[in-house]
Amino acid sequence: MNDTFLLSAIIFLPAVGALLLSALDSKAVDAIRMFSLGITIATFALTLMLWSKFDYEATGIQMHVAYEWIPTWNIFYRLGFDGISLPLIILTSFVSMLACVASWSINKLHKGYFILFLLLETGMLGVFLSLDFFLFFVFWEVMLLPMYFLIGVWGGPRKEYAAIKFFLYTLAGGVLMLIAMLMLYFASGGTTESFNLIELAKAASGAADAKLTSTLSGSMQVTAFVLLFIGFAIKLPAFPVHTWLPDAHVEAPTPISMILAGVLLKLGGYGIIRIAFPLCPYGAAQAAYFVVAIGVISLIYGAFAALAQTDFKRMVAYSSVSHMGYVLIGLGVWKIVDSATINANMWLMGINGAMFQMVAHGVSSAGMFFMVGVIYDRVHHRDLNKFGGLMGRMPLYSGLAAGLFFAGLGLPGLCGFIGEIFVVLSAWNYSPMLAIVSASGVILTAGYILWALQRVYLGAEYTGPHSEDITPINAREATVGGILLAFAIFLGVYPAVVFNVMKKSTSELVTSMQAGYAKAEGTVTAGDEAAAGETQEEAAVLSEPKNDDIPPAQVQQQEAVDSLDSQLVRFDQAVP
Amino acid sequence: MFSDLLNKLNSDTTGSLQHHFGAELWLSVTIVVMLLFRLLSLDRFVPTFIVALVGAAAAGWAAFGQFSEIVAADGVAPLTFFGDMLRHDLFSVFFRIFLALFLILTIALTVLTGIPDNEDAPDFYSLLLGATIGMMIMASANNLLMLFLGVEMASVPSYAMVGFLKGRKPSSEAALKYVVYGAGAAGVMLYGISLVAGVLGTGDMSLMAERLSIVAESGSAGFGDPEVRTVALGVMLVMVGLAFKLSLVPFHFWCPDAFEGASAEVAGFLSVASKAGAFALLVRFCIGLSGVPATAELMTAFGIGLGAIACVTATFGNLAAYTQRNIKRLLAYSTIAHAGYMLMAVAALLVMINSGSAKALTHDINACIGGLLYYLAVYLFMNLGAFAVVALVRNYTFNEDVDSFKGLIGQSPALCITMLVCLFSLIGVPPFGGWVGKFMIFASVYKAAQLHWAMYVVLAVGGLNTVFSVFYYLRIIRAMVLEERPADAPSVKLPSMEGYYVCVLAGMVLLLGLAPGLVNGLTAIASKAGDSVMAVIGR
Repeated sequence: MNDTFLLSAIIFLPAVGALLLSALDSKAVDAIRMFSLGITIATFALTLMLWSKFDYEATGIQMHVAYEWIPTWNIFYRLGFDGISLPLIILTSFVSMLACVASWSINKLHKGYFILFLLLETGMLGVFLSLDFFLFFVFWEVMLLPMYFLIGVWGGPRKEYAAIKFFLYTLAGGVLMLIAMLMLYFASGGTTESFNLIELAKAASGAADAKLTSTLSGSMQVTAFVLLFIGFAIKLPAFPVHTWLPDAHVEAPTPISMILAGVLLKLGGYGIIRIAFPLCPYGAAQAAYFVVAIGVISLIYGAFAALAQTDFKRMVAYSSVSHMGYVLIGLGVWKIVDSATINANMWLMGINGAMFQMVAHGVSSAGMFFMVGVIYDRVHHRDLNKFGGLMGRMPLYSGLAAGLFFAGLGLPGLCGFIGEIFVVLSAWNYSPMLAIVSASGVILTAGYILWALQRVYLGAEYTGPHSEDITPINAREATVGGILLAFAIFLGVYPAVVFNVMKKSTSELVTSMQAGYAKAEGTVTAGDEAAAGETQEEAAVLSEPKNDDIPPAQVQQQEAVDSLDSQLVRFDQAVP
Repeated sequence: MFSDLLNKLNSDTTGSLQHHFGAELWLSVTIVVMLLFRLLSLDRFVPTFIVALVGAAAAGWAAFGQFSEIVAADGVAPLTFFGDMLRHDLFSVFFRIFLALFLILTIALTVLTGIPDNEDAPDFYSLLLGATIGMMIMASANNLLMLFLGVEMASVPSYAMVGFLKGRKPSSEAALKYVVYGAGAAGVMLYGISLVAGVLGTGDMSLMAERLSIVAESGSAGFGDPEVRTVALGVMLVMVGLAFKLSLVPFHFWCPDAFEGASAEVAGFLSVASKAGAFALLVRFCIGLSGVPATAELMTAFGIGLGAIACVTATFGNLAAYTQRNIKRLLAYSTIAHAGYMLMAVAALLVMINSGSAKALTHDINACIGGLLYYLAVYLFMNLGAFAVVALVRNYTFNEDVDSFKGLIGQSPALCITMLVCLFSLIGVPPFGGWVGKFMIFASVYKAAQLHWAMYVVLAVGGLNTVFSVFYYLRIIRAMVLEERPADAPSVKLPSMEGYYVCVLAGMVLLLGLAPGLVNGLTAIASKAGDSVMAVIGR
């Protein structure tokens, strides 16, 4: 299969499905459901095919395709993927497929719902696959429209408020991103301004083979980084721009909550790692402490807020705020002393942890939201204080739910643990104080999750309303829950499946960011710059450094890469 | 000698009539034919709208002929005709095609909605075509006199059209308000024109900048010079007239009232066509005063002033729209806000062409004018689409309140989806055309901000306004999609022709945001048009 066709098919298959769906009779509910499910399964299969073509040994972008879209503005239809986007692409199609199964519980206007659902999937996959900033932005905003209606029409009692709040926050973030986009575009040199994310990143890092030059000064880089960061932090969401999330998640129907928590939040993290970091390395370095601090505040604040909730779904929503804090901490632990990176391998570990945390959270939070939805469908309330004793009434459901909540808690052996431990360990190198604070977040997490489990599943008997409607979990629900739990366990015991995919890309990111910082800092002389380019390539293929006159920073990068490799080897050995 | 003059006049007139004035001529002929048809009672056999449509199509065809001629002879120098009164270049041809296309779409809409009835049709279409001729003249004016003539030729029929629903009191009231404001603004503008022409000794807009640098005492054209102060005053007064046409704050008061009183079809026409003509005129006027070092300071200040007006206009329009219940009034305020966005492009243009590095910025200056034209092109479809839906729904519900749109999606999905597309495009959300236009304007403002910090403020206000505007557009969307249709609400059915019509508009909005060939072709042509209008400065 042709590369262009495969990538385009992954993005647009759901959209084509939505188009075909509109031709179906709106009363044929089962046909609509099965057709949509078929489309999401086919999309998942296509993403697996993408994985099968993934070259573990290669660095950089794979399957890079580009076609002119608006040549007068140098805008391209540019697609491709690497180790950073691939796990998230697969996560997206995977969660979408399960959310589609969960959508059986939607009980009105089925046709409209599934059309919007499929359009949403197109938007999400488009964001992860596009490598042109303009195209990225188009897909980013395209997701807004279906999401607005999905929350606004099919949501809970305060759906309109939640929908407009979501729309406004995201649009405001989009406007900031647009300004940063213009800054980067016009700074990319002469009449050959470009939105090409790969070339912009190369220009920022001063790579030897860069085709563009970046005229962005250090202070402009900081401005651009802050604009981009706010735009992505809204999506992530990070304190203090997280307030749309509890409303949107609580009011959205269950499958949409799964998508919101499982995929949409990852777009924020992906945006930072794909755009904000590589395009503004100096800005990232300057703002690193700020990023980590925001992450720690989100982590602790989200955990405390979750403790205070009486609404089951709201508690899960705040747990998302808390868990996404780890992502920011992991990304930001870039320790620079006297213009030299200290222990780059620890930072690399943090980035890996953040990436893993995104994938793990995608599985566990989607599962948690689904579990809340299952019980809500039966008893029509979510008041934590009116639950209890479900373990006796719905044993299978309670078991699955307990497993998924423990995964969210970060119990060793389940997926949540790996990301958290990587991030907390790497934070120690950066700032022991912040590491201690973030580690203590685990205690709070354990607190609210165990307390919720106790209030909902344990206890003598269920005394809340609609007690007579409590029926055991059905086969469809058990399938979704079971698959999610299976993946939570699988990722917990064999995390290398994710690490192997992304290790080349993240280590490349770390080296190019350091080069970019050095370039902006002006510590690298013209001669060394060429060496930096070479070293970067060498580092990319993990060969031994040949030159003795490589600056210490680069040697450290080399060590960083080697060290990560040995870490991963250890992981490989640890798991039979 | 006198005969020479006559001969020249004759050759200039006859030669230009065919080549450069064909579109306007076709429209004039159509007006005469329509009126004659009624005189001879032929309109019982041939419906007037067919004559009007044929005339508009002929005008469009003539303009398209001019267009392909210019494109084929790539690089032909723009020329003036009728004794330097009008200017023929890609820019004016762009607007001729734009206006002819818009005329066809508006006539089609009036046929679908049944306003005007058969009896009034010749009157209505004469006014419509007459106003369009005025706007075409605005787009090609090269002289201050033509500026005034064009504005008035476009305005006077518009007054009558606003008051066309003769039996309705609000309609007459709206027309009266419009006339009074219009007359006042025209008077002020005429005073400004006489000041400018009096000091500079010419009405030729392409010569204004040079003359000013000659007239100014020290040749620096600073504000200390009394002549320059007089010209600055004149420019400001001319701006009053143009601001009235563009409905810029603080000359916007007529706009909501006129739109509320007029039928939605007329409101749609006024909101797009007269704005387009006025922007063309503003661009020509501004370029005429720019380009020489002597006026750089003055015109940069003027540009930043326009930027400030743009900020106030966009913000005011968006905030005032929030409380409206009548959907036409709401769209009127949205029109005001969009005039603000488009004015940002003009402000950026002025800052760029009057900077020291104007030569190096040629590409960006062209892109700036191109962005404005692109925005107008998208605006044509998205605003007409919104007004068309209002007009079509009104025919069933006899109501133009936002509430009458409640739950419409269940009854008439095609109308609703068109409205959704148009409104999201007006907000500026991808993948619709409005987003591409907005992006280009913001990009130009950002580029201008590299030259003057004040444009950063304009950019920030523009971005902020995008967020403000969400509130009231989403109110319509919420009413249509999220709310239930009240049981006693009249039902809206959708005959097929109307459905096709609005779907074409929605499709164009979508294509202008996505289709590679269309987007790129139009941006390329729009920048070329920008290049042609810049020829006045003679880089």
